[in-house]
Amino acid sequence: MAGASHRRSSRRSSAEMWGLGYNAALVAIGAGLLGAGAGITGSFLVLRKRALVSDAIAHATLPGIALAFLVMVALGGEGRNLAGLLTGSALSAWFGLLCVGWLTHATRLSEDAAIGAVLSVFFGFGILLLTVIQSLNMGRQAGLETFLLGSTAGMLYSDALTIAIGGGLATLAALVLRRPMLTAAFDPGYAVATGLDIRRVDLAMMGLVMAITVIGIKIVGLVLIVAMVILPPVTARFWTDRADRVVLIAGVMGGLTGLVGALISALAPNLPTGPIIVLTGSLAFAISLLIAPRRGALAALLARHRYQRHVHLRQGLLALALNHPVHERYTLRLLIHAGLANPDGTATDEGRAAAARALLDESRWQVLRADPAQEIAASHYDGLRPIETVLTPDQIAQIDARLAPRPLP
Amino acid sequence: MTLGLAARDGRIVAPDDTTAAPLAVRGLTVTYGEKPALFALEATFDAGVMSAIIGPNGAGKSTLLKAVLGMVTPVSGNIRAFGRPVSEVLSRIAYVPQRATVDWDFPTRVIDVVLMGMARELGLLRPIRQDHRDRAVACLSRVGMEHFADRQIGQLSGGQQQRVFLARALAQGAELYLLDEPFAGVDAATEKTIVAVLKSLRDAGATVVVVHHDLATVASYFERALLINTTRIAEGPVADVLTSETLQATYGGRLAQAQLAQILG
Repeated sequence: MAGASHRRSSRRSSAEMWGLGYNAALVAIGAGLLGAGAGITGSFLVLRKRALVSDAIAHATLPGIALAFLVMVALGGEGRNLAGLLTGSALSAWFGLLCVGWLTHATRLSEDAAIGAVLSVFFGFGILLLTVIQSLNMGRQAGLETFLLGSTAGMLYSDALTIAIGGGLATLAALVLRRPMLTAAFDPGYAVATGLDIRRVDLAMMGLVMAITVIGIKIVGLVLIVAMVILPPVTARFWTDRADRVVLIAGVMGGLTGLVGALISALAPNLPTGPIIVLTGSLAFAISLLIAPRRGALAALLARHRYQRHVHLRQGLLALALNHPVHERYTLRLLIHAGLANPDGTATDEGRAAAARALLDESRWQVLRADPAQEIAASHYDGLRPIETVLTPDQIAQIDARLAPRPLP
Repeated sequence: MTLGLAARDGRIVAPDDTTAAPLAVRGLTVTYGEKPALFALEATFDAGVMSAIIGPNGAGKSTLLKAVLGMVTPVSGNIRAFGRPVSEVLSRIAYVPQRATVDWDFPTRVIDVVLMGMARELGLLRPIRQDHRDRAVACLSRVGMEHFADRQIGQLSGGQQQRVFLARALAQGAELYLLDEPFAGVDAATEKTIVAVLKSLRDAGATVVVVHHDLATVASYFERALLINTTRIAEGPVADVLTSETLQATYGGRLAQAQLAQILG
């Protein structure tokens, strides 16, 4: 005993060197590890398009927690033994998963409906059990409800160790299984054809998420743990087009989210840790959503704007080529700005040349589109794409031969 | 093999007449719900031959491939590849699924898709080395896609995607190739490339089975054809199989006389 308390005090002093309390340091490390594990295992779930399964898993842990408590008290033990409670939660989450699987297989329910059914039934039953436990007044039951929204106040060194080991094992297993899981997610038909047992791959994938969920409910709570599983991968997806990098970025992002969220909540001790972590993750998601290149909202907006300008310019040039007046003010402004038209709407020299090119391109396209044998090449027509990007110079020469000689304006 | 007899087409036959053909299907019945998609289907695909599976929509063409690969469970029937149960020889079979079954927004590059074809050889843990990548690129260049190795798969056109799928099958180094409508919605250049690659596989001794929908090209692409509409209508060399009687039996009234004349030359 004396040795243990000595070890603890030396740990305490090293944590305090960070300028954090011992508990806060433990929570920050635990949350960071949990976040990394949740991000990595969650990536596979999200890529498989079954993110919501994690919600069913999380809610299905509650009856297991309550029942484990009752069993442990009935056996005369300490009802709040964490290992016991987590075992119970894992068993009932697994049972919930089996229910979702059975409902989708044996009935015509779609998976989302099955998830909804399982989630609400298990959660409802769990809440009922919690209420019963409270009314039984068995002593020391206070704290069971912290599994709902998470609590870090009484976090022990052993809790952090549980998270580190459990999260590490789940992450390791996810990395070992990454190839079958990604193949199943991208192309399930092909996966089966290569001999993969896709149901077992899916079960393994959900088992990993379940492990992370069970480990994490102590910190974040079962209502919010879903966010730690889903947010990092969907955030990561904004930044890369490669599955392995989605997993990597989600791991880093999840770890940072957990760490930063826990540190923020340590600075404001009255704020609950779980929600702060989730909000931190949401902030990373929102920023990525806005500013990510190509997939971000801003990039999409700019691309649309660019496209619109392209369309207006093209239509303006065609109008100039045919000596039609340019009615739209935006089009005219673009033409003038590009030095293709004068303020009075007439074409500049440069504008006339560009207009002639646009008209030639358009006429070539019309020939191509009128030819039923060229259906596929013609399908590239969008009013903007230069025909040179679709046809070879030889093919264009053939089309030009068929172009009716156009009278000069 | 135990001694016994089996019934087929109402005749009594020895059960071992399935031989060691790359693919032999006996009495295959597959149902979705109560409606049979395939009924008592018989088919044999011989080694080193390029065969087409032909039939109208809903005739069970794709279902046949799915049943062969264990993606749907048959109600009855026996399927053997190289004389053995298919599950034992999956490594010798390469499958090119229909393009529509894949999530094209999936974050994966062209080369990653081709490397997927080496899954068996890579196992779970073996790192992907440069020679794996080189081989993947070599497979891509056989279908003319080597310059697209780093593209995200969704950025390709339909025909390009189909060629990448074929490259993935090539990377597997199989002896039996099963392709589900590889020419659906692809451009003429892609169709030409795919046919050339398939013919080169055939010339190297591989067996190629293609679910095909374009009757006009059957004769020029394939040596043998299997006409099905839930059950087998005809099977054999293309010239023998494509007759106005068999086509009428397969397609019913759906084929106009003019089309028939064009197909039969």
